[in-house]
Amino acid sequence: MSTRGQVLPEGRILRYTFVERVNHWIVAFAYVYLLLTGLAFWSPWLYWLAILCGGGQISRILHPWAGLIFFVAVIYMYVLWAGQMHTTDTDKAWWRSLRSYVRNEDEKMPPAGRFNAGQKLLFWGFLVCGILLLLSGVILWIPEWIPWSLRYLRYLAVLVHAASALLTIGLFMIHIYMSVFAERGAFQSAVRGDVSEEFARRYHPGWYKEVVGTGPAPRK
Amino acid sequence: MSQATLRIQKISGHAGSVPGESTQREPVLCKLIDTTTCIGCKACEVACVEWNDMPFSPTIFENTYQTMPDTRWNYWNLIKFNEHERDDGTLMWLMRKDQCMHCADPGCLRACPADGAIVQYTNGIVDFQQEHCIGCGYCITGCPFNIPKFNHETKRVYKCTLCADRVSENLEPACIKSCPTGCLHFGTKEDMKMLAESRAKQLRNEYGFADAGVYDPPGVGGTGVVYVLHDIKHPEIYGGLPSDPRVPWSVKLWKTPLKWLGNVAMIGGLVGLIVHYLRYGPKTREVELERKHEGEQP
Repeated sequence: MSTRGQVLPEGRILRYTFVERVNHWIVAFAYVYLLLTGLAFWSPWLYWLAILCGGGQISRILHPWAGLIFFVAVIYMYVLWAGQMHTTDTDKAWWRSLRSYVRNEDEKMPPAGRFNAGQKLLFWGFLVCGILLLLSGVILWIPEWIPWSLRYLRYLAVLVHAASALLTIGLFMIHIYMSVFAERGAFQSAVRGDVSEEFARRYHPGWYKEVVGTGPAPRK
Repeated sequence: MSQATLRIQKISGHAGSVPGESTQREPVLCKLIDTTTCIGCKACEVACVEWNDMPFSPTIFENTYQTMPDTRWNYWNLIKFNEHERDDGTLMWLMRKDQCMHCADPGCLRACPADGAIVQYTNGIVDFQQEHCIGCGYCITGCPFNIPKFNHETKRVYKCTLCADRVSENLEPACIKSCPTGCLHFGTKEDMKMLAESRAKQLRNEYGFADAGVYDPPGVGGTGVVYVLHDIKHPEIYGGLPSDPRVPWSVKLWKTPLKWLGNVAMIGGLVGLIVHYLRYGPKTREVELERKHEGEQP
């Protein structure tokens, strides 16, 4: 099965393969658990989230393991998608047209490929933050084993872990907004894998052209 | 019980107010350790283990009188033995009883995310409440004195309570009670500071310790344990007593500016997305229009 999508019957196009979807949801569920328990440890105002997740002790024990699952799945995501995530000239033009994108003037956007520049930022952001979260997270997992002479590692870890988690939260909020609220059909594509031809043509014209072999529909 | 909550002035990981903040006029308590009269008998170590009913843990002999390298989760009171070479080449023992310093501004409490796992009583005692501890170990990172110790079986952290149970019954801590030389004293912070200063003055004027002084580090708001040292200029020689202990800068940065910045950014981001949706709505609407349009002209 091609990872780049194929033409399905009834005017649908396969956007995400089964493997990509499964991997995405492993990352997603692990991340949401990490987010809820992490926010509980972040602020006393949100400590009730830890109670909701089975109590402070359980949350403390499971958070690092969920982190490992998250990290492994993110690395597999890298294996699947890294080749398609390089910044192209279209992406640079895309960032310059960000204003139009925000205003939903999608016809003014340069023709994005399978992933637009924003999605590429999400991907690299999660990869880099994932690595930082893992490195700092390992130290926070076993602070009692870090010798006193290396205590600066612990001092660094609390900052790096919180700061990189905050960055992922920013990316995550936009990701959820785009996929669930702004681009109807996007969430469905992450679940069942397929999108309509209109969806592909409008949001990912470069990719549509690749898959279907025709140019984007002329705009009026 | 109602009295107990009134006696708490700081609570870790706590949203909202603290019941005992500025509601009682309890004196701040303090332990005074005069290192110049400690003979290293370890009666305080034994008294601590006995009073707190802690299990014994094996130790390894490493050519030192010191019982073990550092305090443990079940060994809260440890005399650090240091053979110090003076400028004239002669040796002297520096013996310092190491334990929780009961900081006025406790880094452990600042770093702790679990509601009520660390409290500071109005008398200044910083106490771990293990039933609320989640075992994250942030207190270990927050402490500038390397005191909180993790128990791998219970997955919780332990340290000296300044015998809060004894003190609440108007008894002195077990270590104080056991000291045979009178190098340990217990009382109000005010009294102990006065006693310590007069002893330091005596050491300077009558015993030739020109640098003798009182260790009550201001970087952590002062401590509930003060030392009289022969050499206040070099506290490190007393088994690594930090010269200017502070709550780690990263813990402060993390718990105050980063927290506020993060909260503002998260709430701001959420509001921004909602406003965007109200102003521009979903992109889908336009896809639907296109589909409808194509339907008209097949």
